[in-house]
Amino acid sequence: MAVFNLNINGKNVSVDVDADTPLLWVLRDELNLVGTKYGCGIASCGACTVHLNNVAIRSCVTTVSSAESAAITTIEGLGEDKLNPVQEAWKELDVPQCGYCQAGQIMTATSFLNKNPNPNKDEIRNAMNGNLCRCASYNRIEKAVALAAEKMSKA
Amino acid sequence: MKTRKKMTFSRRNFIKTSALAGGGILIGFNLVTACKEAAKPPVDISKLNFQDFNAFIKIAENGYVTIFSPNPEIGQGVKTSMPMIIAEELDVPWEHVTVAQGDLDTENFERQVAGGSQSIRFGWNALRQTGATAKQMLVNAAALTWNVDPATCSTSDGIITNAKGESLHYGEVVNTAATLDVPEDVQLKSIEDFKIIGKDATNVDMDKIITGKPLFGLDYKTEGMKYVCVARPPAFGKKLKSFDDSDARLVKGVSEVVQFGDKVAVLANNTWAAMKGKQALKIKWVSDAKLENSELHDVELLKILEGKDVVVKREDGNVTKAFAEADTILDRTYEAPFLPHNCMEPMNFYAHVSKEKVHLVGPIQTPAGTANRVAKLIERDVEDIHLEMTRMGGGFGRRLYGDFVMEAAEISNLTKQPVKVIYSREDDMTAGIYRPASKYRIRASIKNGEITGYHLIEAAINGNMWAGIASYFPAGAINNYKVEAGNYRSNITTGAWRAPYTNFLAFAEQSFFDELAEELEKDPIQLRLELLGKVPNQTDDPNTYSSGRMSGVIKLAAEKSNWGKTENEIYQGISAYFSHNTHVAEVADIRMVNGEPQLEKVTVAVDCGIVVNPTGAKNQIEGGVLDGIGHAMYGDYSFEEGIPQDSNFDTYRLIRMKETPVVETHFVESNIAPTGLGEPGLPPAGGAVANALKAATGKRLLKQPLMQSLRKQMSDFKV
Repeated sequence: MAVFNLNINGKNVSVDVDADTPLLWVLRDELNLVGTKYGCGIASCGACTVHLNNVAIRSCVTTVSSAESAAITTIEGLGEDKLNPVQEAWKELDVPQCGYCQAGQIMTATSFLNKNPNPNKDEIRNAMNGNLCRCASYNRIEKAVALAAEKMSKA
Repeated sequence: MKTRKKMTFSRRNFIKTSALAGGGILIGFNLVTACKEAAKPPVDISKLNFQDFNAFIKIAENGYVTIFSPNPEIGQGVKTSMPMIIAEELDVPWEHVTVAQGDLDTENFERQVAGGSQSIRFGWNALRQTGATAKQMLVNAAALTWNVDPATCSTSDGIITNAKGESLHYGEVVNTAATLDVPEDVQLKSIEDFKIIGKDATNVDMDKIITGKPLFGLDYKTEGMKYVCVARPPAFGKKLKSFDDSDARLVKGVSEVVQFGDKVAVLANNTWAAMKGKQALKIKWVSDAKLENSELHDVELLKILEGKDVVVKREDGNVTKAFAEADTILDRTYEAPFLPHNCMEPMNFYAHVSKEKVHLVGPIQTPAGTANRVAKLIERDVEDIHLEMTRMGGGFGRRLYGDFVMEAAEISNLTKQPVKVIYSREDDMTAGIYRPASKYRIRASIKNGEITGYHLIEAAINGNMWAGIASYFPAGAINNYKVEAGNYRSNITTGAWRAPYTNFLAFAEQSFFDELAEELEKDPIQLRLELLGKVPNQTDDPNTYSSGRMSGVIKLAAEKSNWGKTENEIYQGISAYFSHNTHVAEVADIRMVNGEPQLEKVTVAVDCGIVVNPTGAKNQIEGGVLDGIGHAMYGDYSFEEGIPQDSNFDTYRLIRMKETPVVETHFVESNIAPTGLGEPGLPPAGGAVANALKAATGKRLLKQPLMQSLRKQMSDFKV
């Protein structure tokens, strides 16, 4: 075991875990940030997506040791005071069904829109293709990303 | 004309009220008893008390309402739509309503029962009566205050008004209402007066979902709880011989390793340690039963299609004679593989077995049955079992089975501590319960340009279709009609998977109709409408299709999809199916791009009666259609020597965004009582796609997954 200092949602925290522990389980088991979900453990479904220095990564295959010097943002830190435009769009279009994958979807979409604020349909579909939704709420996710882009351009 | 229904059966059987200590009123009702009331005699009132209620409405002194929703939420939206029905009849603004999941470990909620996909259909009347009864009590209380006849009072948006124009809001009379008798007959609203039903209401858990609040089973934890991963036999037909846990115990964080039955559990202080500990186990497994291959299943199922050991499910007229006299016989066999459920939230459950009680928390669709099984397994009284349901990260039928709850209870019972069993994705996919592989052989006899006979044989692993399904269309439309079914008993565990049986039966039949239409040189929609025209319309029996409603959805889908009038590059396929009491028609549009088919759009027409929550309803249809398409096109699961051949999403293909067409949903306007939507959108989807693919590529695909079949037929096809 070793102590790792992490910066999560703007706060410094330290955790005492094995160096190979995936960030996902540090967030969920050690820090009670359970909004980040476990889906596959092999970076194939996107449920565990968080931001490392504003870049969307899969926390299930990112070790805690490699996340030490980065600014980590989770779904809990996305819109702490008020919903961010992506969350607003998700709510406005009533996107979720079971809701389990949606935190990961929102994290991927937020990071994508920060890089590409004015995406076309194909760019959205490409960007979101790595995030599985077993309920297949894909039509609404696609629309919500476009709506979020619209909201961000007006803001 | 406005239709007012007066309900006269006794509400006291399932509704009781009491004053709240802090002010306000609590109204308890037993949804299950109420739902069964029409079919069964009333229960003995004297035996009822508040512990017999499984759902509650709380009206506070400020007029705000909390509705404790009793039914499990797996993404089908009942946690939103069921309270909407209560709020409608209670006549309060939806904005004044808070919905909470019934807290199942309180004594009030002991009698918890899952509603399943029938929640809205069964709940409709009971939920309306409950809301209307509560409203009548509030009106009676206001009338008492004013000393007027309650019949002279009216309500609107939580305010009661008398003939003089004086008004009181609900909060001002709740404490009086709590002292009154439950009224015996109340009037339900006219459908035309609905203010909440029929309007979009956002998912009630929305804010929690999009901000990542603890909500799901996997999110639940208690102080000192151990995280547990379980090693299960790697193949169906194998059992545990021996194991060496010395390396597993060396993993930091692992606290204990225990064997139970043919499984080994690793207990640890966190999930990662439990996963690593399980990996470090050295286990010897031995065969104790046949190790099956999917090829064996194919061979055995084909024997059944030749008539081996089949039972007749329905027989009309004389099929043998019709076939003997036929000009032409169309004979096709359709094939589908096993499918795993793959809920996004893997199976998991919390259990704490102590001397005092057995505390169970997690995602389960069948809490009552599961509690009974746990009680039997660990030899406890069922009264000791306290089961709390969490929101579920998908169900699709998988969480009807409480196997993972039993595991958690057994491990906690053995180790005397709180545990949380967590399935890895690999565990979830390989230890699962599967949609059984199945095949259908359908034959039709044609004489003088008419279909004279129809003969369907079902061959499935372990189970066969329910009796009612054999009476679905085209039963009744073809005089000589026969359905037979047989199964092959396998040691691979199978079970319900979203829209059981019809999820593939619909594909087979709807593909077959397309071929029949081609054979008869008719438009496929025309053929279906002609056949439906031969069936007397009925809307009384919700378990049998209605030829009128089925024709209605087919016509609506044809109209909205521009059937037969699309541009040159668009190829269409139609499919229509009745399942789970709802009629659905779907038209798939495929565009050929550089010689390859691209699924562009699916136009859906649905008749589910009254649409309670349009946004939620559309969400169910969009999801069901895409789920159906995804599994029909890509879903493939097989076994070799009893070993599941895929264990994670790197090789097991689920539909992703880039493959999804636009789903455009249209509901038939209706005043008929509502039916469910979680499943009926799925069955027709595969057939619509296969029929469109035939139109686009000339290839008739009889075997799922369709993309694999298409690749075999089109060597230049890249997908």
